[in-house]
Amino acid sequence: MKAKLFDYIDRDNYIYNLSGLTKLVAFICLTFSVMFSYDIRYILFVLILSVVFFRMSEIRFRQIRLMVVYVGIFLLFNFLLTFLFSPQYGVEIYGTTHEIFRFNSRYIVTLEQLLYQITKILKYASGIPLGMIFLLTTNPSEFAASLNRIGVSYKAAYALALTLRYFPDMIRDYQDISLAQQSRGLDLSRKEKTKTRVKNMMNIFVPLIFTTLDRIELISNAMELRGFGKHKKRTWYAGRPLHRGDYLAMLFSIAVLAGSIAVSVFVNGSRFYKPFV
Amino acid sequence: MKQTKKKPVIEFKDFQFQYFSQAEPTLQNINLTIYEGEKVLLAGPSGSGKSTLGHCLNGLIPFSYKGEIKGSLKIMGQETRDMDIFELSKKVGTVLQDSDGQFIGLTVGEDVAFALENDCVAQDAMRENVQKVTDIVDMGKLLESSPFELSGGQKQRVSFAGVMVDDVDILLFDEPLANLDPATGKTAIDLIDRVWREEKKTVVIIEHRLEDVLYRDVDRVIVVSEGGIVADMTPDELMAADILPKLGIREPLYVTALKYAGVEVTPQMKAGRLYTLDIAQVREALLSWNKEQPKRRVNPAGPELLKAEDISFQYTKKRKILRDVSFLIREGEMVSIVGTNGAGKSTLAKVICGFVKEDEGKLYYSGQDMSDWTIKERSGKIGFVMQNPNQMICKPMIYDEVALGLRIRGVPEEEIEAKVDKALKICGLAPFKKWPVSALSFGQKKRVTIASVLVMEPKILILDEPTAGQDYHHYTEIMEFLKGLNSHGVTIIMITHDMHLMLEYTPHAIVISGGEKIGDAGAVDILTDESIAERANLKVTSLYELAVRTGMEEPSSFVQNFINYERGTRSE
Repeated sequence: MKAKLFDYIDRDNYIYNLSGLTKLVAFICLTFSVMFSYDIRYILFVLILSVVFFRMSEIRFRQIRLMVVYVGIFLLFNFLLTFLFSPQYGVEIYGTTHEIFRFNSRYIVTLEQLLYQITKILKYASGIPLGMIFLLTTNPSEFAASLNRIGVSYKAAYALALTLRYFPDMIRDYQDISLAQQSRGLDLSRKEKTKTRVKNMMNIFVPLIFTTLDRIELISNAMELRGFGKHKKRTWYAGRPLHRGDYLAMLFSIAVLAGSIAVSVFVNGSRFYKPFV
Repeated sequence: MKQTKKKPVIEFKDFQFQYFSQAEPTLQNINLTIYEGEKVLLAGPSGSGKSTLGHCLNGLIPFSYKGEIKGSLKIMGQETRDMDIFELSKKVGTVLQDSDGQFIGLTVGEDVAFALENDCVAQDAMRENVQKVTDIVDMGKLLESSPFELSGGQKQRVSFAGVMVDDVDILLFDEPLANLDPATGKTAIDLIDRVWREEKKTVVIIEHRLEDVLYRDVDRVIVVSEGGIVADMTPDELMAADILPKLGIREPLYVTALKYAGVEVTPQMKAGRLYTLDIAQVREALLSWNKEQPKRRVNPAGPELLKAEDISFQYTKKRKILRDVSFLIREGEMVSIVGTNGAGKSTLAKVICGFVKEDEGKLYYSGQDMSDWTIKERSGKIGFVMQNPNQMICKPMIYDEVALGLRIRGVPEEEIEAKVDKALKICGLAPFKKWPVSALSFGQKKRVTIASVLVMEPKILILDEPTAGQDYHHYTEIMEFLKGLNSHGVTIIMITHDMHLMLEYTPHAIVISGGEKIGDAGAVDILTDESIAERANLKVTSLYELAVRTGMEEPSSFVQNFINYERGTRSE
């Protein structure tokens, strides 16, 4: 069911057992290291790492199938559009031209452009499994606890956790409302023209918003009655103390980030790896 | 009695409250003292001010809902206006009505710990305390469960534990029975009673379902009406006082039965609870009344309208939600589908409306196979009304909301107006034709949703919990309205777990339990069958128990006589 998309499922393995803080730090370090560097060798290295982590986390493919499809489509478009709008960007960066194939005077496929675009795709591709690991293996409340520990105000952190907590409920409301509206004759299928479909969707969102507002009033009352916001600090039932594994994982990810910067500064002399000179 | 020595924990003195948004005070001249260790029931119709009174106790007034307070309210000897909501929440623990919505944490343990977290209690102490409190409410083994895995009753236990964890002195329950099926409601009342006795708390229950609360001991019942207190007495005195019916609060059915039988109820009869009622004093009157009643007449059966043959349905391969359900509904019937939460009754309605497709079996409408009918085609014949009107209403104006279904179908605007007018008139909304939806009360919104379905002239109307959250007055209003529709020829199917509704309004009841049909008979027969009632989490009606205690030979015929008599008096 759709409601399962962001549902946190508890499992027992190395990745799951890391604290939310560790996962956040690792996620930031590893993503930043691929975003910073344009060295395809280093990006491949992180990509392999992230695939390994993904396997270790035992996330089932069907949990993320939908997301993978969307990401795939996005990457494909990105690839085509980059070529369409700046076919010579690779040449500009690397300063050389190795022509492979020529459509016309503007659209010339070069080794440089190919390297640039593949590097860029790999950057995204290695970041995405990391994001998914983070989203799917982190218990929202434990994550809130972690955010709070690194200095984010606990109210903001809790708001985030609540959003994750109530997301499945909202999807359920949406499904109920959509059924009731369909029974009045609202057609949401592809048979209807896009314009009408959008209008029909509005008829679902209005009641959804009102139902959600009702829900918010109830939750905020319930929270206040139980003392939320009384003190400047709070403790966390789901908070996890950091273990050796956490420190190791954080050190490792900081090392990967440092490596990425080191490769750029000392080996390549810039963010780009230039095999053509 | 003992009360003279007890110390007062809640003291209202000439208390008055007025919401800033309203012209009149909602509460006036409230003088009320509740003593330590008492168990008090606050009853009153919707809009009487009983919820407002509850909000004053837990501090939501004036901290969340703003308004002007006059007079004094002391809790544990301290004036509430000098406290903040957090201090108050340490003294008064509130279990809100909707236990689903107030489930804040991701797991049971976390939710119970919420108040402790906010108090900066260290993790170890927190875990220990949570374990202790959840054990009291029998949830100690489910600390890791998420709210989706729990039943309504279990969620309520969790919210209960969540306020007990603070070691509050006063427990306030805001309509604890509203979202529970009858048997679970009974367990909830039992649990409240147990905690009251064992933990020596002061308990205040706000509820309009008097009979269900009085299943266990209550020291006093305080009746609120139009912003003031109109009665403050023991249940025994209240039953004898003849106050409730005038205020539109339902008195326990067995008390009504006593009155029908011409019994003058006195405090000495101890009629506050069926279990304390001195049956010897009323036996003769009941027996002779029962003998006088005319035999029931059987209505002629209409032609077949909706027939299900061996319907099965499953979301996943593992568990069947519906298993070989067959039934027959005739034209002009009023039918209730009853069963526990999760028994499959809503799924059955979804199958009938075509929202989900049955895996096996067939549905027939007037003998025609419905297999190929789309949702849209079905909706012309079968209308579906959801429980919460806010989930259905999507237009700001009443007229547009009711017209929506017709406009989608491309009906010309001239015809629409006539049809909308008709539907509004049937639903008693004609004066509101040009009004915005936001100006209506909950009950009126409900009628708007019914009108918006009726406008398509369905032959069958399916309603999901039509009276949920309504007090007796609005309940009667909605049900009499549906009864009227029914007499216009609309066949009505209601999904419900309200036993009174089933007994009074639907001669035919279908009972679903664990995805199977376990009963299909007259409502009276179902509600007097202890084995069906137990399997489906229903509750045998107190009328039946009264008849058994009186020693009648055919208790179920007594129940039937009562219903016939009541219908007779109401239609006069």
